Amino acid sequence: MTTVSTLPITRSCPYAPPDEHVRLREEAPISRVTLPSGGEVWALARHEHIRTMLADPRFSSDRANPGFPLLLFSQRRVTNFRASLISMDPPEHGPARRAVVGEFTVKRMAALRPRIQQIVDEHLDAMLAGPKPADLVQALSLPVPSLVICELLGVPYADHEFFQTRSSTLLRRTTPGDERVAAVDELRSYLDALITRKEQEPGDDLLSRQLERTTAREELVSLAFLLLIAGHETTANMISLGTVALLEHPEALAAIREDPAKTPSAVEELLRYFTIAEFATSRVATEDIELGGVLIRKGEGVIALGNTANRDPEAFEQPDDLDVERGARHHIAFGFGAHQCLGQNLARMELQIVFDTLFRKVPGLRLAKPSAELPFKDDANIYGLYELPVTW
Amino acid sequence: MRIIADTDVCVGAGQCVLTDPETFDQSEEDGTVIVLAEHPADERKAREAVHICPSQALSIEE
Ligand code: SF4
Repeated sequence: MTTVSTLPITRSCPYAPPDEHVRLREEAPISRVTLPSGGEVWALARHEHIRTMLADPRFSSDRANPGFPLLLFSQRRVTNFRASLISMDPPEHGPARRAVVGEFTVKRMAALRPRIQQIVDEHLDAMLAGPKPADLVQALSLPVPSLVICELLGVPYADHEFFQTRSSTLLRRTTPGDERVAAVDELRSYLDALITRKEQEPGDDLLSRQLERTTAREELVSLAFLLLIAGHETTANMISLGTVALLEHPEALAAIREDPAKTPSAVEELLRYFTIAEFATSRVATEDIELGGVLIRKGEGVIALGNTANRDPEAFEQPDDLDVERGARHHIAFGFGAHQCLGQNLARMELQIVFDTLFRKVPGLRLAKPSAELPFKDDANIYGLYELPVTW
Repeated sequence: MRIIADTDVCVGAGQCVLTDPETFDQSEEDGTVIVLAEHPADERKAREAVHICPSQALSIEE
């Protein structure tokens, strides 16, 4: 067992997990670490340990539990509102998740395909009609998932600037606590007002349908908040990162260009390769639990280094290679266990449509700047790119 | 080989449907798993689905 002073969270290479995390995986896969917020917790770095932990209901997701690992001090204040789905444990979690998961089934998502295709086409056409170079983040990565989640939830897209700015404020690690709290408050009052309007005039959307099920206002606001934030930056960042990775790996790009049937597998590989949301999978032990020969005591926090785990050679051969044909379906980029990402099938489909369409419509697409100079989001809780200048 | 699904445990992630749509479907209502074929045609695919299921709602009886 090793104790490291502080868990570094910045990467030395934009395409690899932080070196220290890799060292932990090799030398001390279950170890005590000090978080930047000061708290000492367990860090898990192996794929198998993380899967076991996340599937074990004795590890709680309750963010109000004082032992729950928070990366930042100010997070405690932000997460102290009434439990949203991600913060619930059984027996509360199952029914709450089931009440909304029907909106995200594989079939329902497939029914959205034509609309998403249309959104992607429109945005690409607009980009091609505009000046070169263009910023792919603004032209495509952000608007596509934002529009889709807004339509699904019934949130007016006209307000997208409002929630995009709040959402990136929240996700940036360097945001001061007060600004973080303000961003949450503003988003919550916006959603609260929106739900009031839907009570009077229901539409054909997720939030209106949820209103038929429950009138518990706090719960609905929390759900809307979660889906809106989670639907915004995650997929957007994967679109940007995936585009860079495919441009930098011409053999991978050629494979999906020749045979679009390979795109779903390429998307899984890109999800594994970047693992953009690793700190979402923290837990706190509610009992003394033995894991991989180590005793984790009741009340102790555990963080899952999912990025490193998704490069675990025990789980993936040549894990640091981008191999779009490897069949990486067992990655944990969407987490694992009862809380595994609710929107994963939506995200998969958006990514597949975007990559297929982008590289078909813009065959000459290339970076307008060397990839080493791109502004990777090393200071955000969701990894990604602030800007992606491209030309064609 | 027979597939057993525990819908109380299922979290409706649909990983099984994506992996083996001939063996699994999801309820329109709450997203929980529906086993279309208790004895799957493609055992390899069905095993992969069981392995990938995030909630361990699926098991195999040999
Ligand atoms: S993969 Fe597991 S949790 Fe997801 S729908 Fe299938 S049985 Fe349910």
